[in-house]
Amino acid sequence: MKNDNRSIVVRHVSKTFTLRYHRTLKQMSVAMMRQQELSDSFLAVDDVSFTVRQGESIGLMGLNGSGKSTLLKMINGIMRPDSGKVLTRGRIAGLIATGAGFHPQLTGRDNVYLNAAILGMSEAETRSKFDDIVEFADIGKFLDSPVGHYSSGMFARLGFAVAIHVDADIFLADEVLAVGDRPFKRKCLAKMQEIRDSGTTLFYVSHATGSVRKMCDRVLVLEKGRLNYDGPVDEGIKFLHYDDEKENALDTEEEMDEEMGADI
Amino acid sequence: MTADASTERGPKGRAGRSPGGDAEAGTDEVVGAPHRVVAEPLRPPWSEQGLLEVFRHRYILTLLVRREIAARYQGSVLGLVWSYVNPLTQFFIYYFVMGILFGRAQRTEAFAIHVFAGLIIVHFFTETMNAGTRSIVRNKSLVKKMAVPREMFPVASMLVSLFHVFPQLVILVIATLISGWQPDPLGLVYGVIGLLISMVLGTALALMFSAANVFLRDVSNAVSVLSNFVRFGVPMMYPYVLVAQRFHGHTDLYLLNPIVEAVLAFQRAFWVGATTNPARTAAIDMPPNLMWLCIRALLISLAILAFAQSTFSRLERRIPERLL
Repeated sequence: MKNDNRSIVVRHVSKTFTLRYHRTLKQMSVAMMRQQELSDSFLAVDDVSFTVRQGESIGLMGLNGSGKSTLLKMINGIMRPDSGKVLTRGRIAGLIATGAGFHPQLTGRDNVYLNAAILGMSEAETRSKFDDIVEFADIGKFLDSPVGHYSSGMFARLGFAVAIHVDADIFLADEVLAVGDRPFKRKCLAKMQEIRDSGTTLFYVSHATGSVRKMCDRVLVLEKGRLNYDGPVDEGIKFLHYDDEKENALDTEEEMDEEMGADI
Repeated sequence: MTADASTERGPKGRAGRSPGGDAEAGTDEVVGAPHRVVAEPLRPPWSEQGLLEVFRHRYILTLLVRREIAARYQGSVLGLVWSYVNPLTQFFIYYFVMGILFGRAQRTEAFAIHVFAGLIIVHFFTETMNAGTRSIVRNKSLVKKMAVPREMFPVASMLVSLFHVFPQLVILVIATLISGWQPDPLGLVYGVIGLLISMVLGTALALMFSAANVFLRDVSNAVSVLSNFVRFGVPMMYPYVLVAQRFHGHTDLYLLNPIVEAVLAFQRAFWVGATTNPARTAAIDMPPNLMWLCIRALLISLAILAFAQSTFSRLERRIPERLL
């Protein structure tokens, strides 16, 4: 029963996207006459394999366009790989494009119920957690006004608040701290640590080395869709050459992470 | 998968649930990664697809339908009234042009009811088809986020349109009662069959076109052209007897369209009983073996639905990446 605690299994997973150059009939015929290619494909994720045990927290790193989000979407079940296998155990929740799926014309309250349902929560479950969600989002009297009137920060906070209150076995977080003000970021990170400490598998995509160091005990590095590093955190960050930044002036995110390390 | 099953944990898992609880559990796990046993098998993360799956996600479906109904008329003063204004104006136009201008009202008994009964079916069907075709593109932010069966969206569109049928039915029933309609059990059966045919066929086309519309936005334009044909291709603003006379011996082709049977069944249910001599009207204005035709139409619709489902399943895999 050694493999009993596997939480995520990814086996030889590849995903190709088709890029379409020409959309209308006119454009297509012009391209055909000039003998240009009509479409092009792009290998976003290239033969990636790894296994995650229940309760591990993984930092997924890589430059922009290296396939991190695509990989995350396949683990989340939104996209299917072209080849290979993805298996997961238990309920998945996540912060992928937080707040997407909110209907701008509906109130915050209605959107909380809808979003929670999408993340797999039943009506009773949502009702029992509703007050916590609202308190976490801290949107005050805006709760009953249409989400379209929210500021982008409030929008993101509400989305985050819903996702983070799902009692999940696997938690996926994609660039979650890109929005929100500093107190909220701090609150999020604390909440994510709480989730991690409860034994939930955490899959965290970030460029912020500080928060990856704090949150994760293993790092995966994607480069042009290939998994080129899988191992301890510090070596992973070195592998990415992200640690060079330390020698330069600290960028704001780094600074923030360090500061957060001090008070959590 | 019910919510309860997914939150079921083993005994150790429960100990590990509270952040402090793992110390007492006495496991030699790394601190910060307590052992949590998830009593579920490893399986692919994507949701099972298919229409049957949609009905296992009833809660989300109800929320989607409610959201759609609430959002459709939000910010408009008249609100839900608009869903009556559209079919009612169509009704008056058809009645005026066909009934009064072309004089159909003198030759066809209770012509207003004839038109309105047909209009309910036609309006429901075209709404389902049009809104359903756009449903996936319109809900792209949801489609890209959630791993639920994507058949959900066209089905929700159908249910939203169905929701708007009932108030129209109330108007129809009141109008027929005033004209001296006596409900008969067989008529009720026909009414249900008529609605059923348009539901099944509407869902089938919505399903097929919604997936196709992701790849080619031309589809939604083609569908609005198609709904024009539907309006004139059914015995709504003209009685069936005209078709039977003009195309004598060639009505088979006309009757092959399941929506024709849906409209005829609805008229058999509400219009025939409102005429002075229902038995005579049924004999003249309805095709002979109507029940058999209705059953055939339902079977045709179900076959189209099966085909639509297989098309959808084939296209569905590539939907999230093609939605920009």
